[in-house]
Amino acid sequence: MPLETPPLISDNNEELKKVLETLLFITDRPLSLEHLNKVTGAKDAARIAALIAEIRQELEGKGLPVVLMEVAEGFQMATSPAYAPFVRQLFCDRMTMKLSTAALETLSIIAYKQPLTRAEIEDVRGVEVIAALETLLEKRLIKVVGRRETVGRPLMYGTTMDFMRHFGLKSLEDMPPLSTIADENPNSVQ
Amino acid sequence: MSYQVSLEMFEGPLDLLLFLIKKDDLDIYNIPISHITKEYLAYLEMMKELNLDMAGDFLVLASTLMAIKAKTLLPSSAPSAEEGPDPRAELVAKLVEYQKFKEAAKFLERRGEEYKDVYYRGLPHFEETEKTLNIGMFDLLSALKDVLDRAEEHSGEVLGEEFPIEEKIAKILSLLEKRPAVAWEEIFFGETKRRGIVSCFLAMLELAKLQRIFIRQEGNFAKIMIYMKEVRTDAIGDAAVN
Repeated sequence: MPLETPPLISDNNEELKKVLETLLFITDRPLSLEHLNKVTGAKDAARIAALIAEIRQELEGKGLPVVLMEVAEGFQMATSPAYAPFVRQLFCDRMTMKLSTAALETLSIIAYKQPLTRAEIEDVRGVEVIAALETLLEKRLIKVVGRRETVGRPLMYGTTMDFMRHFGLKSLEDMPPLSTIADENPNSVQ
Repeated sequence: MSYQVSLEMFEGPLDLLLFLIKKDDLDIYNIPISHITKEYLAYLEMMKELNLDMAGDFLVLASTLMAIKAKTLLPSSAPSAEEGPDPRAELVAKLVEYQKFKEAAKFLERRGEEYKDVYYRGLPHFEETEKTLNIGMFDLLSALKDVLDRAEEHSGEVLGEEFPIEEKIAKILSLLEKRPAVAWEEIFFGETKRRGIVSCFLAMLELAKLQRIFIRQEGNFAKIMIYMKEVRTDAIGDAAVN
């Protein structure tokens, strides 16, 4: 990324805050602390983190229709759920995602066991997953992350930034551990 | 045994098996194999009767169940305490693992629902089904007829190259460059001659076939809209995650 003249940030926190707000407003994907640190040239991740917390509180305190979300290992502004119907109205020719059970199951297997191949997913589900994989790829919830170095060098899949954003996950660690998930199920004995 | 035909859709053989275990409140770690095999086969029979498309996977598990059942029925050749591993073990492990991911899928579903009203900059995604043509041939043809009815009756002498489809393709694409969607009528704007309209129509079909555009009609009698099919940008989208 060409950064010939990073905006000069002195000790002026207010100014840096404005720069951060600008970046968080305009970005179309979550920005990590390191990334923000680099772009602003602040060279102080802790300071950035503190300012981000301030921005977040300010937005909330003022009751603005935008919120600062911590999502997908970064930060990005989002519209408040209160006004979601209007956003939908604006984008009425586009729809929000609705995933089938097959797609959700496939996605959860990938999320926990990534990177893994189609055959490995099918082994868990006991059924073909080609259609579900295509849907997930199309929706950019998963991506090809490499090839398994075995016979046939099959493609391996992993989840994307959009996956974390769609499900409001700060990181993959935000997924509950598989063992505790099973415990919630009344039918899993023991 | 009578079954209620509640059209439960099963995601696969494991899903069906889990359903049967739950239905009869069985212990997943100690499945009565004979009972469950009977139930499972009865379900397959019902699915066949209902003409549900039954994937081969269902049959594979059926044979696995029967193999396990056979093993448990056969008298053990070695009457010692060591009876070898439980023939059900592998299946049970699979079921338990699958069940975990089913729960994880439910977690994702809840999260998706929880965050569905949070919108970020960046384009929302199209539903998969919405990227395809959703109107029938007759709807298209009757819409075409409407446009043709408005055309000039007479077109005089027509030369072969007068209305090349390539030109119309360019016209449609240039319309879509400016806006994400164009109404059906707009495609035919400025076309007064029948041949011009027809070549516009053909150009549109060609573009749909080439996957450059998709044609949608939201409900009966709604306006037919033409959309540009977006170019995949996964590479760009993910390159900047870090």
